[in-house]
Amino acid sequence: MEPINKVSGKIAPLPINDIDTDQIIPARFLKTTDKNGLGKQAFFDWRYNADGTDKSDFVLNQPEYKEASVLIAGNNFGCGSSREHAPWALLGMGWKAVVSTEFADIFRNNALKNGLLPIIVDEETQQQLVSLAEEDPETTVSISLEDQTLQLPDGRKVEFPIDEFSKQCLLKGVDQMGYLLDLDDDITAYEESNVKRVNTHQPTA
Amino acid sequence: MPRTLFEKVWDNHVVKPQTAGTPAVLYIDLHLVHEVTSPQAFTVMRERGLKVRRPDQTLGTMDHSTPTTPRNAQGIIPIMDVQASKQLNIFTKNCDDFGIPLYSLGTENQGIVHVIGPEQGLTQPGMTIVCGDSHTSTHGAFGALGFGIGTSEVGHVLATQTLLQYQPKTMAIKVDGTLADGVVAKDIILAVLAKIGVGGGTGHVFEYMGSAIRSLSMDGRMTICNMSIEGGARAGMVSPDETTFEYVAGRPYAPKGAEWDAAIAKWRELPTDEGATFDAEVVLNADDLIPQITYGTNPGMGMSITDHVPSPSDFAEVDKRMAMDKALTYMGLEAGQQLLGKEIDVVFVGSCTNSRISDLRTAAKMIKGRKVADSVRMMVVPGSQQVKAQAESEGLDEIFKQAGAEWREAGCSMCIAMNGDQLAPGQYAVSTSNRNFEGRQGKGGRTFLASPLTAVAAAVNGTITDPRDMYERSMA
Ligand code: SF4
Repeated sequence: MEPINKVSGKIAPLPINDIDTDQIIPARFLKTTDKNGLGKQAFFDWRYNADGTDKSDFVLNQPEYKEASVLIAGNNFGCGSSREHAPWALLGMGWKAVVSTEFADIFRNNALKNGLLPIIVDEETQQQLVSLAEEDPETTVSISLEDQTLQLPDGRKVEFPIDEFSKQCLLKGVDQMGYLLDLDDDITAYEESNVKRVNTHQPTA
Repeated sequence: MPRTLFEKVWDNHVVKPQTAGTPAVLYIDLHLVHEVTSPQAFTVMRERGLKVRRPDQTLGTMDHSTPTTPRNAQGIIPIMDVQASKQLNIFTKNCDDFGIPLYSLGTENQGIVHVIGPEQGLTQPGMTIVCGDSHTSTHGAFGALGFGIGTSEVGHVLATQTLLQYQPKTMAIKVDGTLADGVVAKDIILAVLAKIGVGGGTGHVFEYMGSAIRSLSMDGRMTICNMSIEGGARAGMVSPDETTFEYVAGRPYAPKGAEWDAAIAKWRELPTDEGATFDAEVVLNADDLIPQITYGTNPGMGMSITDHVPSPSDFAEVDKRMAMDKALTYMGLEAGQQLLGKEIDVVFVGSCTNSRISDLRTAAKMIKGRKVADSVRMMVVPGSQQVKAQAESEGLDEIFKQAGAEWREAGCSMCIAMNGDQLAPGQYAVSTSNRNFEGRQGKGGRTFLASPLTAVAAAVNGTITDPRDMYERSMA
């Protein structure tokens, strides 16, 4: 994974609460065995007409938002299914960060493992960003992962929380599996001192 | 210090404790895998030249993209979808190559991942259980810590049998009282969700407690824990008791003989201690509860079946008004209208929420001697091949078929609409599944979530119906 620190880009508003992962990527596209190519299918049912043309009333189809890379979403973004296809699809569509007041737990975990930044802000900042995006689609924000800040066009910097471990992994561009693989001895020690509870290879006699 | 059930299970599985800079490393006892969320994880395993650390603590089943169409003359369930077929073949190869036992499509133990774990006795009190599927919360009914993970984490567990996790907060959901006739576990959880909303449990693990929970069967407890994720909680648990032990006893993978006695002794230490505290609490009275139904596009948009659909103007906040307006537009409903009497097109009895044998027994008992309305397509989809075989041995399949319902092969079916079973745009369904998100049951399809009893009543009348009358007459 590429290291990530500074992300800046235009913002686009999607101020809908409780956007679930079935909207982000409908289940019928989960028959893929790949991570790539899901960007075109992101928000599919909100985004396209039955004949495959863009729906003109979907905000992210407006030409002025086509270059945006920071999505300003409603509360509780990413609820529902655990599909990691959701951050894959969002990244594929060109998003680098999503801003909301709250993220569903599994979505947030999945996003962090793929370098899609889930930025949690207070409701006032969220609303301000939505208004800015609606009034002036040229508005850009800059995010510093190192400083854990999102800077608004007026210069105001808003801090956002992120767990230290995920932050370091993103800054260094390392994935989390490596950390676990290095703990082999600890895991073996745990296994040796705890009775194994099931054996899927062998029903009990 | 007194501890909760969750805290005990968590503490027992910590390989390395959480620090300021690192999450806890948590050991996983059982890893369930299915075809949809695992392929990319196996790709990573191959790229990095890794072996599955504990194939003997891993089990695969096919459920999400599998067709549920009846078998052909050769006894085979035909897979018509090229992509699904490819995905299932890759899954088979992955399980073979990595030594993971697999319940393949149509074989005797295959079924929905959250139905087969408990059924086989693999799900046991005090365990940690994960799956790349958010409804892994179901297994919490046994006093296990079960939660859904993403595909990267599926890779972590395959490779190391551990996960990096921050300890979540706890929320007690207390349900005391006695359920009235015709009111079931599904109504409890829909009422909880209506109360707390879809984000109400984010960051928490639920523990369901109180006399109404205690008196539920394991199937009922699974229905409730299953939908914890619909409240934003990754896990929902019930302290194990005699009902739990009785269910587990004798199952294929349950401990036997002296090991059973030792296991029970340990499991008896798991229930939440007197005086243990929770970070939050929600209280619901089961005495007052009547059948519940959702009207909107998330599982928190639910109400008593006799109520009127809320109006956007009931809400002070702009975002909530917008959300309600959007939901009612999608659902084609008017603010303030009643759902009773609303015509529906499809009834779906199935999914990991309500496809177990007791769900099918109550549904069959109620539909016996009645007919599915001409205007309605009713699908009954058992959760597993075992449930299907059991139901057939009791003649339940015949009851459904005589009533005019479809009796299908086991799988996720119309819960997720990626396997050929789906609503047409605009159709209304009463479903016993767990998600009424836009398009969840088929693009443009509109879902009312309810109990199996409410589903049967709707199928018979062709309209949304309070099931209590029909239920009482069926039981008389
Ligand atoms: S039945 Fe539905 S909710 Fe359950 S595992 Fe299958 S798709 Fe997921």
